Amino acid sequence: MAKYLLLKHYRGAPAAVNDVPMDKWTPEEISAHVQYMNDFAARLEETGEFVDSQALAPGGTFVRYDGEGRPPVTDGPFAETKDLIAGWMVIDVDSHERALELAGELSAAPGAGGKPIHEWLELRPFLTEPPTITE
Amino acid sequence: MNEALLRSLTPSVLGILVRRGADFAAAEDAVQDALVNAVRVWPADPPRDPKGWLVTVAWHRFLDATRADAARRRREDLVDEEPAPEPAPGVDDTLRLYFLCAHPSLTPSSAVALTLRAVGGLTTRQIAQAYLVPEATMAQRISRAKRTVSGVRFDQPGDVATVLRVLYLVFNEGYSGDVDLAAEAIRLTRQLASAIDHPEVAGLLALMLLHHARRATRTAPDGGLVPLAEQDRARWDTESIAEGVEILQAALARDRLGEFQAQAAIAALHADAPTAEETDWVQIVEWYDELARLTDSPVVRLNRAVAVGEADGPRAGLAALAALDDSLPRHTAVAAYLHERDGDLAAAARLYAEAARKAPNLAERDHLTRQAARLNTRRCR
Repeated sequence: MAKYLLLKHYRGAPAAVNDVPMDKWTPEEISAHVQYMNDFAARLEETGEFVDSQALAPGGTFVRYDGEGRPPVTDGPFAETKDLIAGWMVIDVDSHERALELAGELSAAPGAGGKPIHEWLELRPFLTEPPTITE
Repeated sequence: MNEALLRSLTPSVLGILVRRGADFAAAEDAVQDALVNAVRVWPADPPRDPKGWLVTVAWHRFLDATRADAARRRREDLVDEEPAPEPAPGVDDTLRLYFLCAHPSLTPSSAVALTLRAVGGLTTRQIAQAYLVPEATMAQRISRAKRTVSGVRFDQPGDVATVLRVLYLVFNEGYSGDVDLAAEAIRLTRQLASAIDHPEVAGLLALMLLHHARRATRTAPDGGLVPLAEQDRARWDTESIAEGVEILQAALARDRLGEFQAQAAIAALHADAPTAEETDWVQIVEWYDELARLTDSPVVRLNRAVAVGEADGPRAGLAALAALDDSLPRHTAVAAYLHERDGDLAAAARLYAEAARKAPNLAERDHLTRQAARLNTRRCR
């Protein structure tokens, strides 16, 4: 019983194997991709492993405290080189192996030509509460 | 309305329905209906025999549901042909329910969820909150678990070890929301211990009581971890310790040692020491040797290395540690501690920082980071 975060990146992750931008796909390929993601989430709801899933807008801003009485500093929209998170899914599974299996399955979503995109996903364990027995 | 009474009656009522031939999932639904009814009706009209009341109402619910479902016509016929059930001791039914909920065909998380729901009588919402998942997720997990065991014959003898593992998992969950899972695990293990005569059930109950007795002192007001040696022993729950020790001694006297009894013995030696310095580490090492023999677990050998470090000095502890795989959880933290005791503060600080990066939870990470910072700032001054 451990929670994991599956992170999708707009930028910052290594390139996908089937690396064709989505606007070059056919509308049918996009529909198939979206359907795959929805089916994936629905299956996890069915198995009792789904916790949460959200997509994020591409625009993001870095913000920083700039001293007493001054407005926060921002550095404007992300530059191309910055890591940018596209969305996440949180799962609650019995083992790390199961988390890897699900991440692999999500990465196999179909893209251009109906072939899996082999997209890199980031898999991060949640820090848990300490167990009752520690010593 | 006595919620504790309802929860304690739930498993035996459910057990009786299933023994009478009800499918597990349908029986569980019927019992939940009866409980909702009890909450509504009892305050104005308390029954003389609460359990009998629940069995009657739940059984009628089950029959109604079965009749209403045309697709289940054949099952209805089966139910009607069932001979009138004879009264049987309630403990038997509860016991069977424990075994069913911990059935080996279930994943650990499903077994835990089903046990809390069916044996513990908790609501799906309470279990979901305790495990920090959406209620819909927990509902799915429970209904899948119910489907998985619905074909299991209810009269098969269960495996005590599996039941104990599930209860131990519940106890070891650190979360505590609306429901205190550690206290719930103790309640269920107590109930199991009164239904079954088995030294390992007693061993697990003793272990839980001994650990629970120290709970209030394990975290600082800011949520930081307080190591065993620094805990305020005056605040340990002596009543709980005395009960745990008594249960453990009775179990050990039967000479059928198991891993929970051995773990409880170690916990008892810690609980017995008036100060950390007076801990009987030599005897603790002996119990770890027993435990290693029983379980062959690398985690046990890691804990043993800590005990050896206390009994025979940090060099001996490091030698015991060197024999173990350094990818074990907390291996680095133990190495850091032993190096500090040995006077090698630079190595200790580096290892504490490394252990902090590998820590599985926030409280441990903060604790280990503080240890590294303590050594680093002291060395620099």
